[in-house]
Amino acid sequence: MDSVKETLTTPIFKNNPIALQILGICSALAVTSSLKVTLVMCVALTFVCAFSNLSVSVIRNHIPGSIRIIVQMVIIASLVIVVDEVLKAYAYTISKQLSVFVGLIITNCIVMGRAEAFAMKNPPVASFVDGIGNGLGYSVVLIAVAVVRELFGAGMLLGYEILPLVTDGGWYVPNGLMLLPPSAFFLIGLFIWGLRSFQKEQVEEPDFHLAKHTPVREGV
Amino acid sequence: MEALLSLFVRSIFIENMALAYFLGMCTFLAISKKIQAALGLGIAVIVVLTITVPLNNLIYNYLLADGALAWAGLPDMDLSFLGLLSYIGVIAASVQILEMFLDKFVPALYNALGVFLPLITVNCAILGASLFMVERDYTFAESVVFGAGSGVGWALAIVVLAGIREKMKYSDVPDGLQGLGITFIIVGLMSLGFMSFGGIDI
Repeated sequence: MDSVKETLTTPIFKNNPIALQILGICSALAVTSSLKVTLVMCVALTFVCAFSNLSVSVIRNHIPGSIRIIVQMVIIASLVIVVDEVLKAYAYTISKQLSVFVGLIITNCIVMGRAEAFAMKNPPVASFVDGIGNGLGYSVVLIAVAVVRELFGAGMLLGYEILPLVTDGGWYVPNGLMLLPPSAFFLIGLFIWGLRSFQKEQVEEPDFHLAKHTPVREGV
Repeated sequence: MEALLSLFVRSIFIENMALAYFLGMCTFLAISKKIQAALGLGIAVIVVLTITVPLNNLIYNYLLADGALAWAGLPDMDLSFLGLLSYIGVIAASVQILEMFLDKFVPALYNALGVFLPLITVNCAILGASLFMVERDYTFAESVVFGAGSGVGWALAIVVLAGIREKMKYSDVPDGLQGLGITFIIVGLMSLGFMSFGGIDI
């Protein structure tokens, strides 16, 4: 039972997919200007990640090695289509706001990465839990960023007024920059800084120790 | 013609794939430590985007869109829900074909791009451009321009970031910010810079 709990909780702080593994950042930044949209995105991603892990893990012994990427891609794409259609049917305005980013869950490296790195080698239940854990790790960062952006950018959370705006007779002057793209980069940068101040072992070695003349191997 | 030129400029600077829509971020951050590697990846992205966006445009308009199958005698058919699956299939297939083609006919370029080509299949910028093309209802000509333009914009952004990071390695960065953290801050500043193109209108 301990191992299940560990699989669930390690990705949230110790091995966070966004802060440590640099996975799935593409969608992480774009949807965070409003908390409501972010929550929907988190649920969607956790759902896709958990079920793609489950499905890949169930058939992992029958997938030929050479075409495994295609098989994983088809499973993930089908799950994303399901999510997309459900959103269009029950939450049309939110699905409009998310625009292309639901579709981009397909190429979200977290989903692909977990299917390839974990689900191909582990039994279904563990894979399912791992999918949920990574979905939650992604959600923690996203929700933190979204709360800051919406609270300071618009003075609201989930559409409820928290800081009364000057325009409505209150005292808070909204910081418009928070709603623009650059703020998402700054916030994630600072979030990583905070996380690594607590978890010292995640700090990266400075580059200039390693700066010998070595061939370019980054893409391997 | 003017509209196309304006679209081209807009997709490079104002609606930059990487800095305004955060697409292709994973590779953007991972492969931007050296200018040379960044340039290779950038060129590969331009090529793949210029091919796949128009291709997906044809597929959407003649096979998937509502009523698109009228030429086959099926005017009521709406297959647009199959979009995601087809686009990613087209992208994976064209990257594969491009790889084989380059390997056979332009080995020099193949060796230069070799490692990056497969990576591109899972680059969100490629799929993202196809999805934007569908969402904004571009015509075929517009989709060619949009594909090339957003590729150039993305390549420009990654080469510039790589240039900054090459200089950065001599700087004294606080421990926790080292590596990934400071890169995010740089990209944020770059994105702020690109926002100043916002007023350009041709």
